[in-house]
Amino acid sequence: MAVSLGPQHPGAGHFRIRLWLDGDYVVKADPDPGYVHRGEEKMAEYRNYIQNVPHLERPVILDSSGILFAYSTAVDQLMGSKIPPRAEYLRVIMAELNRIISHEYYLGILALFVGHTTMITWCMGDRDLFIDLAARIGGARVTFAYIIPGGVRNDMPQGLETQAFETLDWFDKRMDEYEKIFFDNPIWKERASGIGVLSREDALKLGATGNVLRASGVAHDIRRAEPYSAYPEFDFAVPTSKDGDCFARAFVALQEMRESVKILRQAFKNIPGGPVRLKLGPQPRVPAGEVYSRTEAAHGEMSYFLVSDGTPKPYRLKLGVPSFKNMRVIPHLLKGIHVADVPVVYWGLNYWPVEADH
Amino acid sequence: MQPATPQGAPPTAPPTVVTAGPSVPSIGPHAPTPDTSRTKALADRLTAAFPSAKVDYARERRLKVTLPPEDIKAAATFARDSLGFDHIETVAGTDYPATGEFEVVYFAGSLSTHEQQDLVIQLAERVKRDEPTVPSLVDVWPGAEYHEREAFDMLGLKFDGHPDLRRLLLPEDWDDLPPLRKDYNSPGR
Repeated sequence: MAVSLGPQHPGAGHFRIRLWLDGDYVVKADPDPGYVHRGEEKMAEYRNYIQNVPHLERPVILDSSGILFAYSTAVDQLMGSKIPPRAEYLRVIMAELNRIISHEYYLGILALFVGHTTMITWCMGDRDLFIDLAARIGGARVTFAYIIPGGVRNDMPQGLETQAFETLDWFDKRMDEYEKIFFDNPIWKERASGIGVLSREDALKLGATGNVLRASGVAHDIRRAEPYSAYPEFDFAVPTSKDGDCFARAFVALQEMRESVKILRQAFKNIPGGPVRLKLGPQPRVPAGEVYSRTEAAHGEMSYFLVSDGTPKPYRLKLGVPSFKNMRVIPHLLKGIHVADVPVVYWGLNYWPVEADH
Repeated sequence: MQPATPQGAPPTAPPTVVTAGPSVPSIGPHAPTPDTSRTKALADRLTAAFPSAKVDYARERRLKVTLPPEDIKAAATFARDSLGFDHIETVAGTDYPATGEFEVVYFAGSLSTHEQQDLVIQLAERVKRDEPTVPSLVDVWPGAEYHEREAFDMLGLKFDGHPDLRRLLLPEDWDDLPPLRKDYNSPGR
């Protein structure tokens, strides 16, 4: 029997998965993206490098810093820009705040679809504290258009560290409570352990990225593998797991939030003074050439292939978004599982349909 | 019908947390003299095995090599098995109407080889715009399946040997030019 999960189903996101079922088991799954494809790459060819900033943010509003960081890095590299140190720190601060904001949403939605109401309300509520910090820096709750070629758009308000340290100290203890109510929960363990196992070999062959890749035993994080911006100055670990199941993917995300808190503490404490932005003007001319930049966004590796022909608009801007890279894992893991396991596996893959569609 | 996934017992130990990553100098054009010895060494091994390969650039962490389409599958297999580029990241098709060609570039990272974690190889090929057929590399990197479908969808490139070449993002009844071609103009522009 063939059924459609989505796009109208609340448990699918802006996305459709065609499922073929035999009784209670999934025989085959076929992702059907494209419901929110807006032609980001084509749009980029019609706008200059500064005009591209706002629309490029939209595919992944909850980690808008993640998608802009790699774009700005690509443009900076082609222009040969030396980004001021304070700007690099602010980029890292926003990127890590967005990582927590995104991971909270990820864990919350995952908990919702297994029926753990407390976890989703806690995650969505606690997430707001980080949105508040980001809003005080970026001026909006989501999509701040903050990380731009040449640095960041503006400086953070003076004295923000006080609020930041309060939030971070409180959140450290809060994450211990997450472990108690969710990760130590026998129902979650039963529903997630051993389910949707992605082997290390398959994770590499299928091109998986992010916490999906690291939960399958590959200790690869662009912030460590190919350090960019101010990341070389911070002390943090790259959590991995050898289990590769749904439990591991969610647990790795929790550990990543702990590491983000570590980075944020160091960043707020040690941020240098100075300017936060290079004066590029409203229509910077980027020298002809090509560049391939990679950063670690919340969902995984965000990469841009930028081809410039020396005019103010990109000749080709290829978005390598992490959700698209992970999409190939969906049919692989859904095959052969119970129907009731579909949400646990699908929502555990940190897949953001709007991002995958770009 | 039996499920393929075993329903195992809960893990007995929490997942291992490791500190990982080689110490590489910080990235950026302002970094002191870039060291291109690693990518040059890889380029030499590739061109020795494939004389038809042309090295476009060998930067500190990026190596771009253009090959004729008939050699790209063997070169990709070599890049994966002998040079360690085991992880397909993305596939980019670009329209160059000035030369009447499409360029297809495969971007692959090297995740299993610790000292190459920061490198990306870019295997490129060029094909005529009016005969845009290239070999599929899904046999080499299974993760390329949806990336190749996207290039088919957006540019009209055909990947010979692809297991399931059909549209991915555009509606099934799209009847206009592939939108990433330069002769397709977005409505209103």
